[in-house]
Amino acid sequence: MTETSRIESTAAIGAARDERLRQQSGLRRLLSRPELGAFAGAVLVFIFFGITAHGTGMFAADGVLNWTTVSAYLMVIAVGAALLMIAGEFDLSVGSMIGFAGMMIALPTIVFHWPVTLSVIFAFAGALAIGFINGLIVIRTGLPSFIVTLASLYILRGLTLALSILFTNRTIVVGMKEAAEGTFVGFLFSGTIGDPLFTWLADNDIIGRLPNGDPSVRGIPMVVVWALFIALVGHIVLARTKVGNWIFASGGDANAARNVGVPVGAVKISLFMLTAFCATVFAACQVFEFGSAASDRGLLKEFEAIIAAVIGGCLLTGGYGSVIGACLGALIFGVVQMGILFTGVPNDWFRVFLGGMLLIAVLFNNLIRRRVVGGR
Amino acid sequence: MPAAAQRPEHSQPPVLALEGIHKTFGGVVALQSFDLEIEAGEVVALVGDNGAGKSTVVKIIAGMLHPTSGRLRLDGADITFADPSESQARGIQVVYQDLALADGQPVYMNMFLGRERVIGPLRRLDRRGMIAETAELVQALDVRIPSVRARVRDLSGGQRQGVAIARATHWARKLVLMDEPTAALGVAETARVEANIRSLKERNLAILLISHSLDQVFRLSDRICVLRRGVQVGVRRTNATSNNEIVSMITGLS
Repeated sequence: MTETSRIESTAAIGAARDERLRQQSGLRRLLSRPELGAFAGAVLVFIFFGITAHGTGMFAADGVLNWTTVSAYLMVIAVGAALLMIAGEFDLSVGSMIGFAGMMIALPTIVFHWPVTLSVIFAFAGALAIGFINGLIVIRTGLPSFIVTLASLYILRGLTLALSILFTNRTIVVGMKEAAEGTFVGFLFSGTIGDPLFTWLADNDIIGRLPNGDPSVRGIPMVVVWALFIALVGHIVLARTKVGNWIFASGGDANAARNVGVPVGAVKISLFMLTAFCATVFAACQVFEFGSAASDRGLLKEFEAIIAAVIGGCLLTGGYGSVIGACLGALIFGVVQMGILFTGVPNDWFRVFLGGMLLIAVLFNNLIRRRVVGGR
Repeated sequence: MPAAAQRPEHSQPPVLALEGIHKTFGGVVALQSFDLEIEAGEVVALVGDNGAGKSTVVKIIAGMLHPTSGRLRLDGADITFADPSESQARGIQVVYQDLALADGQPVYMNMFLGRERVIGPLRRLDRRGMIAETAELVQALDVRIPSVRARVRDLSGGQRQGVAIARATHWARKLVLMDEPTAALGVAETARVEANIRSLKERNLAILLISHSLDQVFRLSDRICVLRRGVQVGVRRTNATSNNEIVSMITGLS
């Protein structure tokens, strides 16, 4: 290239200067958020069941409690799964971890007569340790987390069954309700809050009553509180802190992140510990709500968590997504799951409808996102 | 090439000095007895065929690899980098061949990746501040992107390169390493990158440039260091050598 042509091209660059910084409108920025599709999907699902499940009690107080609780359970693990997926990894052991953590609470309490609080602390410590090991193996070996946690899926599920049989000779360990009676951890995972409000609502005939005269909804279950708490903390960390930016970067391009000094390994290991933590919260709520732990608890929950995250706009390849989206994904899943029951579809066809509804929600979500941001 | 020929005076120690650097991977020798000094305000080009050890040199300086033997001196003082974040803390920046940008993140977040600015007692991200500073920077460097809020994956190759170089220029205090900065670029974009390299030189930063384009090397560099199969064949003043000499040094044929 000659001196003259270089000067000319530089001049051309100077002339085009003004088109450089285009201001994006606030509306367009809002519409390009990852959770937009999930929001539209949630609206669609509510409209659908608002029509088809009209008059079935789905939108009465106890009906709302029903699908809210189901959604909240899923939301607890979906937030963890979403954050990990944004960081570019999967945890397939979440479902097995739910079963295993339940056993880690129930076995010491029932078989060894530990105080239930101690059992719960033991379960959380154990789960975090397993999450740490999962993460460490993935980081150190560079193997896909899909494979590593698939191994954990089998190991934990197998341990749950084997230990349950070994210590109790049964696959279900009961008596947890009695053990948790009057304890703080019992309240923390299976209590309700806002009871006076619901009594007042029943007294004023705003919500219905059970045949025995109690309000149809006693209060807000703690699992809902946990779900909102985990979602709020997750959202703030992801959207408002340095660590959130590191999570995005670790999933977007781990090498790039490492090169500029982001502690990618530590970020990912912490998130494997988070998914284990979320699974244990799920397990604790379930154990104290049902009063038992069983070896088949949490089956397939890892996929539900991933589905919720994907409906919520997370990319399977990492680097993109949101916590709010994952929460909306969990809500869609819960509403569809319970809505189908309310509309009275025969049980045999339940899964067909569930799968179909999810496919429609995801397609719709995708369509909206394409329309708005033009691709991806 | 006006003013390119004068080498800066020797009043100060070189910004970076590599002395007897040796690097082996298992039994394979990637680099042997490599010596190089880079002065402030100087562009040194590193050329050689594929596998000659150019990227190994860059990685050692950046702290991604540790030399098997030999030493690095920064401003005359011995130094070792445990990882890339340490070399960055000392004012060294790298524009990697694969650019090292996080695709899903907006431009301004890439600019501050690993060095995010926070405000308030809760240490929340200072998005507004980072956006404003990035906007100023891309304006100054003539990087033409739709918005500093645009995600990197939505940018063209040239725009990404612009962002990567803008980031390096923003944080560099002493030395910028550029690994094939224009390999994937068009004519106009290459011209812009070369203009950026000249302005870095004017800011008295030292630049180590890896390029396969000898034309570019002759346009930009003050000295040329040639590597062949891990061996340093020689260092030449750019104004005292010729294209033919460099080519025969690279290939080993005369």
